[in-house]
Amino acid sequence: MALSTASNFAKPDDAFRAIVEAHRGLSDEQSADLDAALVLVLANHIGDIAVLNEAIALAKRRMLDASQQQQQQQQ
Amino acid sequence: MALTKTQFGYRRHPDQDRAGADIAEHAVVVVGAGPIGLSLAIDLAQRGQSVVLLDDADRIGEGSRAICFSKRSLEFWDRLGIGQRMVDKGVVWSVGKIFHGNSLLYQFNLLPEEGHKRPAFINLQQFYAEAYLVDRVEELPAIDLRWRNKVTGLEPHNDHVVLTVQTPDGPYRLAAQYVVACDGARSSLRGMVGAEFAGQVFEDQFLIADVKMTAAFPTERWFWFDPPFHAGRSALLHKQPDDIWRIDLQLNRFADPAIEKLPENVRPRIARMLGHDKFEFEWISLYKFQCRRMNKFVHGRVIFAGDAAHQVSPFGARGANSGLEDAENLAWKLDRVLRGTSPEALLESYHIERSAAADENIRESTRSTDFMAPNSQQEARLRKAVLSLAKETEFGKRMVNGGRLSTPSTYETPLSTVDSDSWRGGPRPGASMPDAPVAGRNGEPMYLTDAFIGAGTGFTLLAFSNGAAPEWPEGLGTIRIGGEGGLVDCAGLAAKRYDAEPGTAYLLRPDGYVAARFRHPTRAALDAALARACGIN
Repeated sequence: MALSTASNFAKPDDAFRAIVEAHRGLSDEQSADLDAALVLVLANHIGDIAVLNEAIALAKRRMLDASQQQQQQQQ
Repeated sequence: MALTKTQFGYRRHPDQDRAGADIAEHAVVVVGAGPIGLSLAIDLAQRGQSVVLLDDADRIGEGSRAICFSKRSLEFWDRLGIGQRMVDKGVVWSVGKIFHGNSLLYQFNLLPEEGHKRPAFINLQQFYAEAYLVDRVEELPAIDLRWRNKVTGLEPHNDHVVLTVQTPDGPYRLAAQYVVACDGARSSLRGMVGAEFAGQVFEDQFLIADVKMTAAFPTERWFWFDPPFHAGRSALLHKQPDDIWRIDLQLNRFADPAIEKLPENVRPRIARMLGHDKFEFEWISLYKFQCRRMNKFVHGRVIFAGDAAHQVSPFGARGANSGLEDAENLAWKLDRVLRGTSPEALLESYHIERSAAADENIRESTRSTDFMAPNSQQEARLRKAVLSLAKETEFGKRMVNGGRLSTPSTYETPLSTVDSDSWRGGPRPGASMPDAPVAGRNGEPMYLTDAFIGAGTGFTLLAFSNGAAPEWPEGLGTIRIGGEGGLVDCAGLAAKRYDAEPGTAYLLRPDGYVAARFRHPTRAALDAALARACGIN
């Protein structure tokens, strides 16, 4: 697998925090714009289509799974 | 407004006087005298085939329609003897600019290097291209061009096809060993063989206006996202000969074509774009498009080429150019099969190579279209992000998709011989031959593509001399670079573009694609590569 899912940040909380803070004070619309730009910048930095495809697959799988769980809890 | 440029007369042919089962038999009937059918007929005729070319109209089509003809198409037309005429009339260009709002996002040069006979593109109204092709057809007695001959029936047989043809004098029948359908996007022959033509329909509407004006804009392709004169949408400006400018405006999905097309509604839009209204309309057309292709380009003895076989969106100049690539791909194969020097199976390689090219063209033009007309809010958001990133990043500029212009495909094909030597560059088997400047025996400047034409219409060996006298297979055309009597690679560009060393040889197909290459070819290796490229296994 080319995509690294090991924990790569020495301080993972710092990374999560940096992204969260970037969104502080933004409307949903602005947040979505920020995410779109951020995804493109990071994708280009990775520069490897196989890694990008794996990342998309992983994110999509977890997203679908999470939304299913949420639906089950609501029922 | 739309001008009929050239009118041709219907003439009764003796084939129409044959009665009952005694029908005329021909080797090849090409249906459709558009740029593809005309070019194919010329190529076949230059190879010695007799061709009947049928067209249901009696005039060259109205409006500019296709305007961008690629380097590859010009090189093909050079082989047909009409490349220079096209270039002389056409507007040569290689630079494109992409604007967002008022500001230039980036510019690209499609042919940034010297040493090619032909430019990246010329712009030329399709009716000029067709008129020049018809002129060339008239020089070739082997082509029998019949206007107002509309195919209304098709009967397939194992070794021939019988066509029913409607004329002003009534119907007649004729037989052909092969029929090539170049009858356009609304191909009636496609329906007659029962082929489906499924694909993606795009809901967005685009308005084409060709306007006549004198303007000082450079001869570049200008594309705008969200321009001040056409907020929220895209626009394109491109120069054609005769002070005609192609303007392409994206409309909204729900615009009413009948209303949008009215000159009084188009005029203010264009005036906003140009900043004045000193122009006249030459042609206005509103269109939607589809991206689709036939599952199989070869249906027994009926073969499909051009828009009849595949359709793309217009962004990228991939319609007419890919049709011309179909024609150059098919002509030599059909000629060999008709002569019996290659098995009929060679025609299958036409489908393999050109359907893969169609897929590539559809993929590229669909991506461009989706970028111009995003399908969802999130797609629009991603596009907005790309456009904003493009202002200060190189990668953003490269992601902006205002049309990726046609380049010839590299074929993954059973006709190619896989490289067994080591190469650092040069065209690999399946790629089209790059051009390079050389000098002839008397020092006269010329190009490799000229030498390719001079080497005949068959397979050609491009050999970089190492002093040894090589043994060519019989009937092979040759281009020798270096050595006594060979062409001189004065700028070193031939060797560079072919990654050549003394002894290097490329086996070129009759359509100018690389079949095989060797550092030091042996007679046996050349024979084997040639047989493979001819479909003889």
